[in-house]
Amino acid sequence: MDASNYLYVSALLFTIGAVGVVVRRNAIVVFMCIELMLNAANLSFVTFSRINGDLNGQVMAFFTMVVAACEVVVGLAIIVTIYRSRRSASVDDASLLKR
Amino acid sequence: MLELALEVGQTAKPEAVMFWILGPLAVVASLAMLLVKKAVHSAILMAFVMIILAVFYIAQDAAFLGIVQIVVYTGAVMMLFLFILMLVGVDSSDSLTETIRGLRPIAITAAVGFGGLMVSLLGQATIGRQSVGLAQANVQALAQLLFSTYVWPFEVVSALLITAALGAMVLAHHQRTIIRPTQRQLSIDRFRGESLGTAAGLPSPGVYARHNAVDVPALLPDGTPAAGSVNATLSARGDMLDYKKFDLSEVNTKVEEEK
Repeated sequence: MDASNYLYVSALLFTIGAVGVVVRRNAIVVFMCIELMLNAANLSFVTFSRINGDLNGQVMAFFTMVVAACEVVVGLAIIVTIYRSRRSASVDDASLLKR
Repeated sequence: MLELALEVGQTAKPEAVMFWILGPLAVVASLAMLLVKKAVHSAILMAFVMIILAVFYIAQDAAFLGIVQIVVYTGAVMMLFLFILMLVGVDSSDSLTETIRGLRPIAITAAVGFGGLMVSLLGQATIGRQSVGLAQANVQALAQLLFSTYVWPFEVVSALLITAALGAMVLAHHQRTIIRPTQRQLSIDRFRGESLGTAAGLPSPGVYARHNAVDVPALLPDGTPAAGSVNATLSARGDMLDYKKFDLSEVNTKVEEEK
């Protein structure tokens, strides 16, 4: 099997995640879609690492995972803070700066 | 050469079967993630996609990353998501109606364009290229790389982790702006307040012959539902039942004669 098939799956997952970020309104679901995009990028890192026979790609995927974990922790804390003051987790409601 | 080809063919076959089963499943699950209404279902589908990705990693000689994927993502990150959903998800207000007009067609068109571009570029970049492949047991090599070439980024990332943990603590910390009322104060408020209506406590929820639960409001003597008898969380979530459903006039009181 051609290893580049994984790359196509990765591209599809990334695109689906991007659509989710734009279309969904619940902040938590938007966050999950960002995670999906990060995971898709990781899959292509791992696949390229295999195609090129070079372990650097796997190290990069490892760092991506750590950064994604940090991002989730801080992002969810922000969502909880917003929910506490506005009683809503919808991304449309946090538009005070507009007015 | 022939032997090598045979060997490659033999090792590649199970992987191809695995890929063609799990790959479409991953894409379908992530599409469903966009389409389902409840955030909890999205989280479950997301965990499913992440486990499939872990299998992909292990199949591609990245055993360490596969295990880390399961431990960190499906173990920690998704549980954190579910935990926050429990905190926040009480209002199921996530409607699938679009709030910005024309956003959805634009998003789908852009996604098709972007996906097509990406797939064609990837195809051009990788077509006809034989993959070199990695050694089967590369965890030690990975560790060597991580602690020699990448030791500085590794340290920086650890600083990032500590900063993120601190940031989350600062953000989630909640300073009380009003003093929490003591039991004594609550009792005084109850009896010396404006009315003695709730001095004996709030009314308990309705108990009917056909339904005995906390989600039906109690009826006042004049037949109207008592406002405070159902838990505020239940009524906010929309789980409060209509008392009229259990109205006695609707109950079939006729006794059917049996022969």
